[in-house]
Amino acid sequence: MESQTSTEPQVQPVDKEKVKKLWLVAGYLGIITAIEFGFAFGMDAGVVRTVIFILLTLVKAFYIVAEFMHLGHEVRSLMWSIVLPVIFILWLITALIIQGDALQM
Amino acid sequence: MSSTATVTPRKNIWTGGTPPMNASYGKLMMWFFLLSDAFSFSSLLVAYGLIRYSYPAYSGTIESFTFSQDYWPIPEKVFEAFPGMHAIGIESAPLVFVGLMTFILIMSSVTMVLAVEAGARMDKKNVEKWMMWTILGGFTFLACQAWEWSHFIHGDGIGSIAKILVSGEWVDQTIFGANLHVNQYGPPPFAQLFFFITGFHGFHVFSGVVLNFLIFYRTVTGMYQRRGHYEMVEKVGLYWHFVDLVWVFVFTFFYLV
Repeated sequence: MESQTSTEPQVQPVDKEKVKKLWLVAGYLGIITAIEFGFAFGMDAGVVRTVIFILLTLVKAFYIVAEFMHLGHEVRSLMWSIVLPVIFILWLITALIIQGDALQM
Repeated sequence: MSSTATVTPRKNIWTGGTPPMNASYGKLMMWFFLLSDAFSFSSLLVAYGLIRYSYPAYSGTIESFTFSQDYWPIPEKVFEAFPGMHAIGIESAPLVFVGLMTFILIMSSVTMVLAVEAGARMDKKNVEKWMMWTILGGFTFLACQAWEWSHFIHGDGIGSIAKILVSGEWVDQTIFGANLHVNQYGPPPFAQLFFFITGFHGFHVFSGVVLNFLIFYRTVTGMYQRRGHYEMVEKVGLYWHFVDLVWVFVFTFFYLV
């Protein structure tokens, strides 16, 4: 680094482990997307394939939120105050599935 | 993960004087804004599912699939174009273009997180470098989306027949491409939802690029260096990752399922 004005804070060295982990997470996201493509073309459409897609999507969402957005390393109360309200979305989906008789019961 | 220190004697962290969630006001508010935005996008995707399953599904084999107003289209038959593919003799490249868009957005998310990491180390040069890549990724994604919309609106030139209500009578008309009234791919709500959901997401990407540019500009002018921290990069970074997160869901529910 070139010299900066003296009052400014010093540049700290790169944490190689941390950066390596970020690229690893990016690799996971890429691989999971590739697996999704595999299922899209290698498997007939149906409930099973849809469930696989949703599960893989949730895995990707977990990595983005926990690692990229750093929520997995925040204070517990912050983490839960973001994660728990998502229950309302699940409630909406469940209510619509039941009320819409989507499972043909 | 035990991130909270329990060495000191137990003191109520909620009585003031300390940030109980160990995050600044701005960062907390960004999180709660993103939570509310997650509700908006969830409603849109839930509405997509609801409307999609209120239409009949296509029941034949994939090979004999044709566009019709009578059933919901198979996404991989709708989104099968890639710029310049006819020039090199390829007739169909299903989902390849969205795959590329997904890759671009994930990569720009990685460069954003590297910019945040550099900011935490007060490394101005690297913040500039990674923000530059993030902005470039955002622009590329928007350009891809513009091409995809254009192709979706104009159609493949073959078209399909739809029943249209003209002066109180149903007439057969050949439809090319799509608009909010009618489209060649399937029932009208298919194109409406496409425009609304990918449009709402694209608008978020656009806002994100604008914010990213602002952060880049302020980094270059040394504003954060003078301020003594790069927390703004982190906050805008949260927004940018959220845009990526939404795309992951849009990709699954609009293009894959």
